[in-house]
Amino acid sequence: MLISVNGERHELDAATLDAVLASLGYAGRKIATAVNGRFVAAAERERVRLNDGDQVEVVAPMQGG
Amino acid sequence: MMFYGVELGSRLLLGTARYPSPQVLADAVRASAAEVVTVSLRRESGRERAGQSFWSLVRGLGLRVLPNTAGCHTVKEAVTTAHMARELFDTKWIKLEVIRDDETLQPDIFGLVEAARVLVQDGFEVFPYTTEDLAVADRLVEAGCKVLMPWGAPIGSARGLNNVYALKTMRAHFPDVALVVDAGLGVPSHAAQAMELGYDAVLLNTAIAEAGNPVEMARAFALAIEAGRLAFRSQPLAPRDMAAPSTPTFGRAALAD
Repeated sequence: MLISVNGERHELDAATLDAVLASLGYAGRKIATAVNGRFVAAAERERVRLNDGDQVEVVAPMQGG
Repeated sequence: MMFYGVELGSRLLLGTARYPSPQVLADAVRASAAEVVTVSLRRESGRERAGQSFWSLVRGLGLRVLPNTAGCHTVKEAVTTAHMARELFDTKWIKLEVIRDDETLQPDIFGLVEAARVLVQDGFEVFPYTTEDLAVADRLVEAGCKVLMPWGAPIGSARGLNNVYALKTMRAHFPDVALVVDAGLGVPSHAAQAMELGYDAVLLNTAIAEAGNPVEMARAFALAIEAGRLAFRSQPLAPRDMAAPSTPTFGRAALAD
């Protein structure tokens, strides 16, 4: 299925958000996530199943004012 | 000074962006004696490590963080960003920015009030970046904000306090709300002026980060903020139109012809 992660399209087999993140190298990282504009807590990632066309956002800490 | 029940010794909240290097950022934060630093969230790919190393640096400073929703233009974006920030930084504090116009970075006050209401209900402690408009401030307080952060001038403009009259009025109108001048400061005298008006704190970033010597400028701002606060507590003289001799005239020698 085709999933957008931070605006980049990926053809992925993984079904859950947790598995998608692991396959893209995010395992163990300090990140926060949203799917289709809705926040998904870390504890929920393994239960959230992704569908074709879903938009995933992955953010990390950054400098800010 | 208290923000949502948290006692702080320093009245300077410092941004972490635009420093020439991570080392200068760390040194400037230490020189400023700030106890709160602002941070943000941005996309990171699985290959990048920038966010992870920045987080190690901030954690090493051992300070309280105030995450922002910079760059958000809608209530939905701001609320989702706030939730991501709460999990990532493990804090209920959120510097709420809902921006309307990219040229001036003018807050969208309608979206701001709505987002504040939603976030307070979700258990956040909201620090709204707002204008000096009293009606908006009143709505934000009504929504549950216990801190208000009116702009001094547009973000990064270094113009100082554009509307001293309105900021003064705001202080008088909200004696029990923590007020922070956020954005637009350029030099330490701007910060001192905000403190002399009775503001509880100032939040700044670019004025220190982009100074020729950020570390010394951080110290300069810290001193100005302390001086301004002390001046406010000392009840400054009110301006007057006419001269008033400071040296007593009584007993002056009669030396004229």
